[in-house]
Amino acid sequence: MSKVLIIAEHDGATLNESTAKCVACANDLPDTEIDLLVLAKDGSGVAEQAARLDSVAKVRLIENDANEHALAAVLAPQIVALAGGYSHLFGPSTTFGKDLMPRVAALLGVNQVSDIMSVQGSHTFKRPIYAGNVILTVEAPADLPVVATIRTASYKSVSATNNAPVESLTDHTELPQHTRFVGLSSGSSDRPDLQSASLVVSGGRALGSAENFALIYALADKMGAAVGASRAAVDAGYVPNELQVGQTGKIIAPDLYIAIGISGAIQHLTGIKDVGTIVAINKDEDAPIFEVADIGLVGDLFKIIPELKDAL
Amino acid sequence: MEKILVGLKRVVDYNVRVRVRSDGSGVETDGVKMSINPFDEIALEEALRIKERGEASEVIVVSIGPSEAQQQLRTGLAMGADRAILIESADPVDPLTAARVFLELVNREQPGMVLLGKQAIDNDNNQAGQMLAAIWGRPQATFASKVEIQGSTATVTREVDIGLETIEIDLPAVVTTDLRLNEPRYVKLPDIMKAKRKPLDITPLAELGVGTATAHAEVAFEPPEERQKGIMVQDVAGLVEALKDKGLV
Ligand SMILES: Cc1cc2nc3c(=O)[nH]c(=O)nc-3n(C[C@H](O)[C@H](O)[C@H](O)COP(=O)(O)OP(=O)(O)OC[C@H]3O[C@@H](n4cnc5c(N)ncnc54)[C@H](O)[C@@H]3O)c2cc1C
Repeated sequence: MSKVLIIAEHDGATLNESTAKCVACANDLPDTEIDLLVLAKDGSGVAEQAARLDSVAKVRLIENDANEHALAAVLAPQIVALAGGYSHLFGPSTTFGKDLMPRVAALLGVNQVSDIMSVQGSHTFKRPIYAGNVILTVEAPADLPVVATIRTASYKSVSATNNAPVESLTDHTELPQHTRFVGLSSGSSDRPDLQSASLVVSGGRALGSAENFALIYALADKMGAAVGASRAAVDAGYVPNELQVGQTGKIIAPDLYIAIGISGAIQHLTGIKDVGTIVAINKDEDAPIFEVADIGLVGDLFKIIPELKDAL
Repeated sequence: MEKILVGLKRVVDYNVRVRVRSDGSGVETDGVKMSINPFDEIALEEALRIKERGEASEVIVVSIGPSEAQQQLRTGLAMGADRAILIESADPVDPLTAARVFLELVNREQPGMVLLGKQAIDNDNNQAGQMLAAIWGRPQATFASKVEIQGSTATVTREVDIGLETIEIDLPAVVTTDLRLNEPRYVKLPDIMKAKRKPLDITPLAELGVGTATAHAEVAFEPPEERQKGIMVQDVAGLVEALKDKGLV
């Protein structure tokens, strides 16, 4: 039997969608019992949302002022203190989980299974390596806890019709003071969130400037889509880092992804492997993006975007 | 601070299109171009800049890998590192073992900071830095896009999913680099000559006295499912029609 503890991701008020995807992955393990752990300053609201997720047996809640911001060095020892009795500890492959879970794994003396994309057995998993050019099947030792991050784009969120019990715990571990939160600057907007949006319009280096990138935003707004970008567009300062799609940015799986002025480097393509429909707009008919695009249009984006916006 | 340790992993160059061996036993690496993991190059560049600002006095590059990893260490020395350490292992090591090797070197060298890439582009694990910080009992600042040092603390800006997070950490600490931290310098020919005379110490992994962790068994390697090439449309009207056919607009 698999006893799974999933570390919930949240911002203090709202449970992140990535948690429901981790539950979906845990459901693929044979014979599972799934608990969620919420570490927060005031976590009752988040715990309530977590308790609604289907398949969750119970939500465990640790409230502590030190948990106001998700600092890995502070959260990890609290997780480790609860780890006994669990065969699996899961977190999402978001920057939250990528930062936290290896710290948990090391404290438990095990390697982590990074970016699970498919469960083959209680200790056997598939994961992408080499920017997704190779799929590796790994088997973790059967006698040790499995610590893993879940590639959220590979899973559909479980529904939220449950009413699991919430158990409040007090943590007695000594927490380090050596890491302190200073601030968060986020380009948060009213636009849909890139990671969970069903439509995404994405721009590359070809946009040429932050001003020109307004074309992408305008098209996205007309469609109610989220905005993404290639690394080149982020590096050039056209858009903030949180919009980067790819191996080292966000891995996304919307129904529709429109790549405009993006060449299709392997590092970018690995971020959109699971997209429903890829549309590519590029003036170079030999651009590699056309090899994977479901619908391709060769032409100048500066002419095409305004036309497309009017036609939709 | 006195010393900064920097990890340099030898990996398949990022421009190489990697393929699975025909018998599925692993990844084809014969005759393939090998380079320093791009994130590690960024880590070294940052260490050199910290030293050039007078905030550190020695930069030590470390690689865990085969004998050939000396090439990557020499490149690191040519970029400006002061000395190099190769922990030689013909077989790749798992992230936790790598972290234990670094901890052993930390105990010997007592650095004020360990700078590592956030992930190696071969296994894409993104683990070693966090693991080192955990077993060392020290702070971690992962995915760094800005590092400022103030004596015994550092302020680090991190690239996170919702934007940029800033944290303050006490030193010594582990920092892992993201792409936008800096742009690594090019190596100049005279520096390559100079690098040949810099010290490069080689210790077999087995002689380091580090307990190795249990690696995951690598059961199978396979190519990903390829996406099929789709249709080309001639104009915006054709595009809109194709989208409507699929019920996407
Ligand atoms: C370690 C590492 C990690 C990386 N991680 C990522 C990652 O996560 N995500 C990512 O995206 N990249 C990543 N990269 C970078 C990647 O290799 C490419 O350099 C990058 O994706 C290129 O961005 P681009 O397609 O916008 O630019 P380019 O490759 O320059 O492509 C621009 C395209 O625009 C087209 N174009 C130009 N003008 C017009 C016009 N007027 N109309 C229409 N089309 C036009 C051109 O034909 C070209 O195809 C990484 C690289 C490394 C080394």
